Amino acid sequence: MISVEVQHLSRRFKEIKALKDVSLCFEAGMIHGLIGPEGAGKTTLLRTLLGLLDCKEGHILYQKDDAPITLKKVRAHIAYMPEKQSLYGDLSVREHLHFFKDLYGIPPQEFQQRADVLLHLTRLEKFKDRAARQLSGGMYKKLGLMCALLRAPQMVLLDEPTNGVDPISRREFWAMLHELRFEKNITIIMATAYMDEAERCEKVHLLEGGNVIDSGVPQDLMRRYAVDNFDELFIKKAEQA
Amino acid sequence: MTDFIVEVQGLCVQFGSFFAVKDVSFCVPRGEIFGFLGANGAGKTTTIRVICGLLPATKGSVIVDGEPFLPGREDRIKAKVGYMSQRFTLYEDLTVGENLDFAAMLHQVSGALYKQRKEDLFAMIQFNRTERTMVADLPSGTKQQVALVASLIHDPNLVVLDEPTAGVSPVSRQKFWELIHQLAAKGKTIFVTTHYMDEAENCNRIVLMRSGEIIALGTPKDLEKETFPKPMFRLLPKSDLSTEQLKNFKEQCELFMPYGRYFHVIFPKEGLVPPLFQEHFSVESIAPSLEDVFIQKVEGDRSW
Repeated sequence: MISVEVQHLSRRFKEIKALKDVSLCFEAGMIHGLIGPEGAGKTTLLRTLLGLLDCKEGHILYQKDDAPITLKKVRAHIAYMPEKQSLYGDLSVREHLHFFKDLYGIPPQEFQQRADVLLHLTRLEKFKDRAARQLSGGMYKKLGLMCALLRAPQMVLLDEPTNGVDPISRREFWAMLHELRFEKNITIIMATAYMDEAERCEKVHLLEGGNVIDSGVPQDLMRRYAVDNFDELFIKKAEQA
Repeated sequence: MTDFIVEVQGLCVQFGSFFAVKDVSFCVPRGEIFGFLGANGAGKTTTIRVICGLLPATKGSVIVDGEPFLPGREDRIKAKVGYMSQRFTLYEDLTVGENLDFAAMLHQVSGALYKQRKEDLFAMIQFNRTERTMVADLPSGTKQQVALVASLIHDPNLVVLDEPTAGVSPVSRQKFWELIHQLAAKGKTIFVTTHYMDEAENCNRIVLMRSGEIIALGTPKDLEKETFPKPMFRLLPKSDLSTEQLKNFKEQCELFMPYGRYFHVIFPKEGLVPPLFQEHFSVESIAPSLEDVFIQKVEGDRSW
C-alpha cells in the first residue's frame, strides 16, 4: 500500500506559477479526487508525483507499507493514465494487452490471470478483438486504464479520465474504480474538472490557480461550508476571498 | 414569424445502410434554453449538423428561424445559427480582436454595424481587457465568454452550445449561465448539447436521444418525476460489502445503481427502508438527479 505526502510544493513554468506552496496527504487505499477547473495545477501535481517533472521546490515523501521509499523505487508500483492516452488505433484490445505485457516484461502465466481479471472488471471481454479506434469514448478510456493496471500497480494516477465521456460510461468508470479500490486495495488519485465527481471520491483536494483551497471527506466539506454541491463551495470560497 | 425557431419533422439521416437519426420530430419555441442529450453515438451531433445547415436530411424537414433546409440554400440557415464549442471556436495564436474580425468576416458583418455589435457584446460580458490580448493568455472563463461573443457577432436568433462550461471554474460557469439566461430573456434561443447533467439542469426543456430516436422530452423536473415516481434513497455502506452481498441487496430493490461509493436505490414498498438495509447502510432520502434519469431512460437497469 502506497501513501504520499506533499510538503510545500511549488512549481513555476516561466512566469506562470502552476503550484503554490501545496501541502497534501494522499493516504493509502483510498480514492482521492484532485478537483479543480482548468489551470488549477492538477496535471502538474500528478506529473510531479510521478517524477515526470522535477520536484525543485518542496518535498514529496513516499511510503510503501508504512516504510519510506524513494521515488525511483516506488515508480515501479505506480501507474499513470494521462488525459491524452497513447493507444494504437489499429491494435485490438487483445493486442494492446500483449504489447503492454512485453513492454512491462510480465511473465506469461501472470499475464493471463491479470488480463482475465481486467477484462472482466472493465466489461471489455466481448470487445477483445475490436480495434481501439472502433471503441466508444468510454471503452477507449477503460482500455487505457486496463493497460495501466496490467503491471498490478499499488497506486494509480488518473488525469481527467472521464473527460468527454457520456454519463453512462462515466458512472460505469466510477463503479469500476470503487471495485478496484475494494478488491485490490490500491490508492487512486484522480484529477477531474467536473465538480459533480467530487462526491464520488473518498477524499477530495480542491485546487484553484495552483493553490489548495481545502481537503477532506466530501460530505464533511459540504456540511462545513453549508453547501449542496462543490460548485457552490468554490463560489463561496471565491466570495470569501 | 412562427412561434418556433426550430421545427424538425420526421427527420431521418442515413449513412450507407446505417440510420444515425430515425424519424425524429420536435419543435423549439423562441427564447427557450433547450438541452439535447444522449449517450455517445445517439445521433445528437448528426441532428445538430442538420440544424446548423452542415448536413442534408435523408428524409423529413428541418426549418430554422423560418428558413427550410433546401439543397443549395444551406448558407441561409448558417446565417441564422451561432455555434460555440468549448475548445475549438477561437484561435489561440490570434488576439481577441483578430478572432472577432475573422468571425465577422466569415459572416460578412462589417463597418459600423460590426463595431456596434462588438461594443454591445463586450459590454454584455463586461470585457475589461484590451482587444490586443492574445487568446492564449486569457483565463478559461474569459476565453469562453469571448467565444460566445464570436458566435453572436452575426446576431443569430439560435445559438448552439456544445458542452459550454466544461473545465471552467464554478465562478465563471455561474457567470456564463447568467449570460445565457440574459440572452434567452432577449428572445435568443439556446440549444445546449452536453454530457454533463448539471449543465442540462439549467435548461427549460430537454430531449433525450438513444440510437437515433427521441426517448424523452420535457422539463428536467417533469422527467425526474415521471421516471422515478417512487422515492429515491442514497445509501452509503457502513463497511465494505462483498459482491455476493451486493447482489443480494440488489435483488431486493426496484433500482440499485452505484454512484461512486454510494448507491441510488428505490425500494419496492414506497418509502419503506427494509431493516436489513438500515443495518448495513447509512440511508438518506434524495431527489433523483438528471443523471439518474438519463441512465434509467437510456440503459434501464441492464448495465448493473
